[in-house]
Amino acid sequence: MGRKLDPTNKQKRGPGRKARKQKGAETEIPNFLLEGDSASKRLGSRARKRAVKRSVPTSQPKKPEKSEIEPKQTKKAGFSDENSEWLKPAKRKRPVAQSDSECDSEAEEEEVQEGSEGEAREEDVGAGGEEEAETDDDEMVDDYGVAEDSDEGEEEGSDGEELLPIERAAKKQKKLERELEEDSEEEEDEEEETGSEGDAPLAAADEMEKFQLPTSEERAREGLLPLDLQSIHQRIKDNVDVLGHFSAKREEGRERGEYLALLKQDLAMYYSYNTYLIEQIMDLFPPAELIDFLEANEIQRPVTIRTNTLKTRRRDLAQALINRGVNLDPLGKWSKVGLVIFDSSVPIGATPEYLAGHYILQGASSLLPVMALAPQEGEKVLDMSAAPGGKTTYMAQLMKNTGVIVANDVSAERLKSVVGNLHRLGVSNTVVCNYDGRSFPKVMGGFDRVLLDAPCTGTGVIAKDPSVKTSKDQADVLRHAHLQKELLLSAIDSVDADSESGGYLVYCTCSIMVEENEWVVDYALKKRNVKLVPAGLDFGKEGFSR
Amino acid sequence: MRPLTDDETKVLFEKLSKYIGENIKLLVDRPDGIYCFRLQNDRVYYVSEKILKLATNISRDKLVSLGTCFGKFTKTQKFRLHITALDFLAPYAKFKVWVKPGAEQSFLYGNHILKSGLGRITENTERYQGVVVYSMADVPLGFGVAAKSTQECRRMDPMAIVVFHQADIGEYVRKEDTLT
Repeated sequence: MGRKLDPTNKQKRGPGRKARKQKGAETEIPNFLLEGDSASKRLGSRARKRAVKRSVPTSQPKKPEKSEIEPKQTKKAGFSDENSEWLKPAKRKRPVAQSDSECDSEAEEEEVQEGSEGEAREEDVGAGGEEEAETDDDEMVDDYGVAEDSDEGEEEGSDGEELLPIERAAKKQKKLERELEEDSEEEEDEEEETGSEGDAPLAAADEMEKFQLPTSEERAREGLLPLDLQSIHQRIKDNVDVLGHFSAKREEGRERGEYLALLKQDLAMYYSYNTYLIEQIMDLFPPAELIDFLEANEIQRPVTIRTNTLKTRRRDLAQALINRGVNLDPLGKWSKVGLVIFDSSVPIGATPEYLAGHYILQGASSLLPVMALAPQEGEKVLDMSAAPGGKTTYMAQLMKNTGVIVANDVSAERLKSVVGNLHRLGVSNTVVCNYDGRSFPKVMGGFDRVLLDAPCTGTGVIAKDPSVKTSKDQADVLRHAHLQKELLLSAIDSVDADSESGGYLVYCTCSIMVEENEWVVDYALKKRNVKLVPAGLDFGKEGFSR
Repeated sequence: MRPLTDDETKVLFEKLSKYIGENIKLLVDRPDGIYCFRLQNDRVYYVSEKILKLATNISRDKLVSLGTCFGKFTKTQKFRLHITALDFLAPYAKFKVWVKPGAEQSFLYGNHILKSGLGRITENTERYQGVVVYSMADVPLGFGVAAKSTQECRRMDPMAIVVFHQADIGEYVRKEDTLT
C-alpha cells in the first residue's frame, strides 16, 4: 500500500517550481550569483563602518580584491584621497532618498527593465576592464548620485553607466521611436511597391485613387495566386462605391455590367456563396444594401425567448431568470412577451423555468406571423406546418387556451417536438395531426384563420444555417415554389370565407426569394378569390408589390 | 380513438385518486364545458368535447395528439401517469412536497428526494401516498410517492429517501420522444 522509498529517485525538497515568488526575484538572483559570495548581503551599520575603514587603504591601488568593501569603493576613483574618505559613507544614503523623491511611479515601473539592461551592459564592461567587474551593486546606487553627461551611450563603458535613469529611459524611448519610424517607412515603401505593381487595385483610401477594373490577364493571374481575402474585400468596397456614383467614378469605356460581373465574382468568393444564389440576391438588393445583407448573414442572431403568458408574466419570468444569472432585456416595443438573452451562466434551454413551461426559445422574427394573424379567443385556427410548435403555442397563448387549434405537420418525427412543447407550455386546446398539407381541405375546413409557414429554401435565415449558401440552386427554389403554391391554395380552401370574426390567412416563409414569396402570392391572387390586407404590423417594408 | 371501457376508467381513476383524491369529479364536471377521457394508441387524452368533435375528422393513424395526454396503459393494462398530466394534477393535489432549491436539480434529473432536500411536506401524509412535488417558489416540478409518512420523516437521517420519483418536468427534455 505505502509508497516505497527509492533512494535513486530522490524527491527534491524546497519550494516547487510554481511556488510563489516575489516579483522581481528572477532579476535579482543573477546579481547575487554574479557576486559569487555572500559578501553582497546588506551589511549592518556597524559592519559598513568597519568595511569603510578596511577599504580605505585598499581602494588606492584599485586591485580587484574580492571583499565586501569593494562594491562601494571602485566607483570613487575620480575623487581625491581625502575626499573619498569622508564622502563615501554619505553617498550610500543620499541616493536612496533622492531616488525616492525624484522618481515617480512611472520610473518605478521601469525599474525592472533598467536593472536587466544594466546587467547586460555590465557584462560587456566586465569583459573590457577588470575593475568594473564587481560594480553592479553600487552602480545602482551611484547612478543617482553622480549626475553625468555622457551621451555616448553603451559603448563608453564607465561613462555610459553614469546616466540618470530618466535619461536612460528617454534615450531608450527615442531609440524605439526611431525604429518604429523606420518600420513604418519600410511598410509604406512596400505598399507603394505593391500599388505600383497594380495586380490588386488596392486603391488606398486616403489617396482616393480611382478604382480600376482589373484586366482579364490580371484576373487570370489572380486565379493562380493564393486567395487574398483582404484585397478582395477592399475591391468589393471600392466597387460598391463606384456603382453608387457610377457616372462620376466609372472608368472611361467600361460598362456597368463589367463592374457587376466583378462584384458578383468577388462576393461569391468572399462570402462563399454559389453563383446562382449570389445572382439572385444581387437582383434583389442595390449594391450598398447587398453588402449589409451579406454581412448580416455572417452575424449570429441573438437568442430570444417568448414568455408563456398562460403560466407566468414577463416581469416575473425576467426576475426569475436574472436570479439565475441570465443577462436579458425586453425584446422591443412591439412585443410584450419577448426577451433577448445576452449571456447566461446557465443553459437557457434547461432551467427549471424552461422545464416548467414559463418560456420557449423562439426567434424574434417568428413572432411576427402570429401577430399578423392575430387569432381571437374561441376561434378555430389551423397551423398548417406547425413543427416545432413555437408559433402554435404563441397562437394558443393569444387565444388564452380557448377555441381549437389544429396543428399539422407533414413529418411525424418533427411532430414529437410539437407535442412536447404544447404539453410543456400547458396548451390544451390543440389537435395534432400528421397530414400532408396539400390534402387538408379534404380532411376538414371551415377555419376562421389559417397560418401557412411554408417549407422554403431558407435564404432569409442563412445566419442560422450557413449550408444554404452553397446547397441551394434554381431547381430547389422552383421545387419549393411549386409546393408552396399547392399549399397556399389548399390553405385558402380551408378558410371559412363566411367566418364572422376571421377569414384571414397568413402566408410566411423564411426565404427572401421572389419566386417563393411574391410569385406564390401572385399566383394565389389569380387562382382564388382572395385579396391582400395590411399585416397590421407597424414596421417592416413592402415586398415587390404592384 | 375511443372512449375508455369501464375497466380502464376504473384503473385510471384509481390512479388519479392517489394524487388528487375526490377532486377527480372537478376534472370531469367542469363549469366551462364537458371534458372527457379518450383512448388513442394506448394513450389517454383529456379533452374538451368541442375539440373532440373536431378531432373525429382525423383518421386514427394520422392523429398524433389531442388535448392533454394523461398517461398510457401498459400491455398489462396498468395505467402509468405521464408528466404531461402535471398541469391537471398540481392544482387539485391533496398532498404536496416542497424541495429545497439545492435539491431541485437532482429531482429534475430523475432522482428520488432525500431528507436533506426536503423543504416542506403536507401534514398527515401517509406512507406510499401519491404526492405532487413543488419547488420552494411553488412551481410544480413533478410527482412521486411518499416513502415515509410525515411523522417518520421528522426523525430520518439526511440521506434517507422520503419521496420516490415517478415523473418530473425534466422529462420534457430527457424523454421528448416517448412523452405521449
